Amino acid sequence: MDSAITVPTPSGAMTTGDVEDPRLGAIAMRLKDVSVSFHGRMAVRDVSFEVPDKRVTALIGPSGSGKTTLLRALNRLHDVTRGAKVEGEILLGNTNLYSREIHPTLTRMRVGMVFQRPNPFPTMSIFDNVVSGLRFNGVRKRAVLNEAAESALIAAALWDRVKDRLKMHASSLSGGEQQRLCIARALAVEPEVLLMDEPTSALDPVSTQRIEELLSELKARVSIVIVTHNMQQAARISDLCVFLLMGDDGAGEQIEVAPTQKLFTDPTDRRTLDYIQGRFG
Amino acid sequence: MSVTTGIGELPADPILERRALIQSIARGSLARRAVVSRLMLGVCGLAFLAASTVLVWIVYLLVAKGFHWISINFFTQDPLTPTVFQQNLLGGIRNAIRGSIVIDGIALVIAIPVGIVAGHLLAVSENVFANAVRSTAEVMTGLPSILFGIFVYEFMIIRFHSHFSGFLGGLALTMIMVPVIMKASEISFRAVPASIREAGLSLGLSKGVVATRIVTPAAAPGLLTAVLLATSRAVGETAPLIWVIGNNYVATWSPYKQQTAIPIAIYNGILNGASPLQQAYAWGSALFLVAVVLCMNLGSRLLAAFLRRERH
Amino acid sequence: MSTGPITESAPGVAPEGRAPGRVKRPRARSDGAYWGILYGTTLIFVVVCATFLVTLVTSSFSAWGHSGLGLITGTTWNPDKQLYGALPLIIGTLVTSAIALVLAVPLGVLVAVALVHLVPRRLRTPMSSFVELLAAVPSVVFGGVGFLVLAPYFQQHFYPWLQSTTHSFGPFSGTFSTTSILLAGIVLFVMVLPTIVAFSRDAIAIVPEEQIEGAMSLGATRWQTLWKVVLPSARTGITGAVTLAAARALGETIAVAMVIGNYFKVPHSLLQGGTTLASALATQWDGATTLTISALGALAVILIAITAGVNYAGRSLLRRANQGATL
Repeated sequence: MDSAITVPTPSGAMTTGDVEDPRLGAIAMRLKDVSVSFHGRMAVRDVSFEVPDKRVTALIGPSGSGKTTLLRALNRLHDVTRGAKVEGEILLGNTNLYSREIHPTLTRMRVGMVFQRPNPFPTMSIFDNVVSGLRFNGVRKRAVLNEAAESALIAAALWDRVKDRLKMHASSLSGGEQQRLCIARALAVEPEVLLMDEPTSALDPVSTQRIEELLSELKARVSIVIVTHNMQQAARISDLCVFLLMGDDGAGEQIEVAPTQKLFTDPTDRRTLDYIQGRFG
Repeated sequence: MSVTTGIGELPADPILERRALIQSIARGSLARRAVVSRLMLGVCGLAFLAASTVLVWIVYLLVAKGFHWISINFFTQDPLTPTVFQQNLLGGIRNAIRGSIVIDGIALVIAIPVGIVAGHLLAVSENVFANAVRSTAEVMTGLPSILFGIFVYEFMIIRFHSHFSGFLGGLALTMIMVPVIMKASEISFRAVPASIREAGLSLGLSKGVVATRIVTPAAAPGLLTAVLLATSRAVGETAPLIWVIGNNYVATWSPYKQQTAIPIAIYNGILNGASPLQQAYAWGSALFLVAVVLCMNLGSRLLAAFLRRERH
Repeated sequence: MSTGPITESAPGVAPEGRAPGRVKRPRARSDGAYWGILYGTTLIFVVVCATFLVTLVTSSFSAWGHSGLGLITGTTWNPDKQLYGALPLIIGTLVTSAIALVLAVPLGVLVAVALVHLVPRRLRTPMSSFVELLAAVPSVVFGGVGFLVLAPYFQQHFYPWLQSTTHSFGPFSGTFSTTSILLAGIVLFVMVLPTIVAFSRDAIAIVPEEQIEGAMSLGATRWQTLWKVVLPSARTGITGAVTLAAARALGETIAVAMVIGNYFKVPHSLLQGGTTLASALATQWDGATTLTISALGALAVILIAITAGVNYAGRSLLRRANQGATL
């Protein structure tokens, strides 16, 4: 059984019980020289790191450093936008996501995504929202849908709140609950990696804390890559940190990858130290 | 095999089992879903092509059937009645063109000031009256235009014993144009930055002077768009005119005589279209009318697009 | 009632001129003229609209007195025998509009989807204009093309084919002529298409990008995203578009008058001639008696009620759809 479940301490200090380098364990995803450009203008250049399995990896850096752009490349969401181009290799297991072997649609179900603002489908009920991903992917059996919905809602700590009103519209939930519904929706298709793009930036502090607590439980189930520009949040919830910074030509570059504790206490790069001490961004 | 890492260690994990199940279903349904998606997007594209073709087809028909009838005489002569000796005698539609100019001219002369002033009111006030007027204008633009012809007939001819004339046609078209100009000019007036208005007022100018000397010139291109749009709609109207303008075969500029108009010439030409000659009138007139209307409509669209670009 | 705001606004203006007396007086006077012209002109419009409604309603009184509710429920329209039953006209109006919508709604919505999601963004406006220009073509031209080109073709090829493939099934039974209810419905279909395309396109375009990305990131294909997420989100706006198109179809006059055959009995087949409320107004007035004119006034009143109601409903739906987007 995976024993990496850590409980955040009330003081919001560093997580404990996880002193070894998370990169030494199993690997969920590998990035090799990943670059993203829009209409020929480079937005992220040559990023290479490994996403550890069943850990939380945080992408941090000031705005404009390409965190979100990089995150969206990890489930081929840039394919939807015209003029975006992704180079390099992103390996999920042994498959390059950008090779012809795997259809982008299948990539997106294996690598889930939670967005900045809660985006439940407004015309669907709570239940239909949770199982929408399963239905998109052709799952029709009622038993599978029910089981997956319950499991995902429990995992998103929403089950007790909504189990008696699954037929109601998602808009009847509060902002924090809607975001947890979106997490449940993403979990229901059982992705291998879950991408989160500043999932708490539109939420109040209490909802934010609940979602942070949730993350430490979720990583038993799925590898998480989270973008945040809140350094305290990154320190509280992540095991591995990737620090990005905008280069001279406006493209985001990877400055340092390190276990969270090390990055925040003993960074190797001068610029990382500047950033965590709040000298820019 | 592209199953995730770590599956070997935990064979009995229900989540891994479900993940394997869902992924196999997803993989199995992918081919069908991808084909359906491409197919339906193709259908959307075809629908778009089909809808675009209709306009092309109508214009093609008009050109193919109407163009060879158009000559100088077509514009400078009144229609001629074919006789036994001269079956192929072809006149023109001068009477209808002149009638359209008279009728639409009268409508414009009334509708432009009323529509623009009322549109200005809608732009500057937000009270019960303005909202009621706005709703009324919306309802009026949605009514079948023939109702305005019946109204003018009932009110002017039956109640006030007027007689069929181009002037009454102009009144009926006015009722079509005013709500259109009103709503479009409201938008143009609202688009004028408040700072310009306030600058004028702070110089001590009266509201009337600010409205006529500063705001109206600033909104002028938008107002022109509104007038073009309304005119392009009124020029093609047939239904309201058949109740009130009567008929004529000799061109006249008089607004008090019976009149005809280009759409009426088309309507009569087709309904009496037993002879190829009368159908020729219809096709030639229709080509001319569509050319005029499309130019006006396109002009107002290009102007509006140009204005949007200027503003940004 | 409508004079109220004038008196209200004049004192409402005066406090704005905060300058001392000498300057204030002339400015207040000219502002009064300003508001006077604005409200006076707008009042003319309001009075004309009110006169319009009152004139048509009073003109129909003698027909209502003559036929009563039979005007709506009567099945025979024969001015020569002073029989004014508008049921065939009402049925014809509803059936032709229904045919138009059944054809135009799916096609129009698909075209709108193509405009938003297939056509590159900077080509969207010009490409949309291409479809919307159809709405600028005068209805007499649609009627002419329908009568001179479609009608002969339908008589020779389409109706026989339709009857042989459907074995003259109910709505397609009986002998047919050149002009018919079906032809009117098809001409209306083309005429309302631009309305559906333009307003559905706006409704589809305001569905937030987050919704689309949310569906795509769950593994939905592009079509699944459109069908399960985008179109349901846009449904209020699309319903508004369809309602406005219905108002246009219900009130279309000249084009329908030219292709429907003007047959004043309750139709038994779509391939027969028929008539509609609006087209009867165009064809029945010539040489009509005073009572017939009054009966036409009654038709006009019915038509106002139907089209104004449907139009208002459509606009309310569109307004609701747009407000939903800004929230």
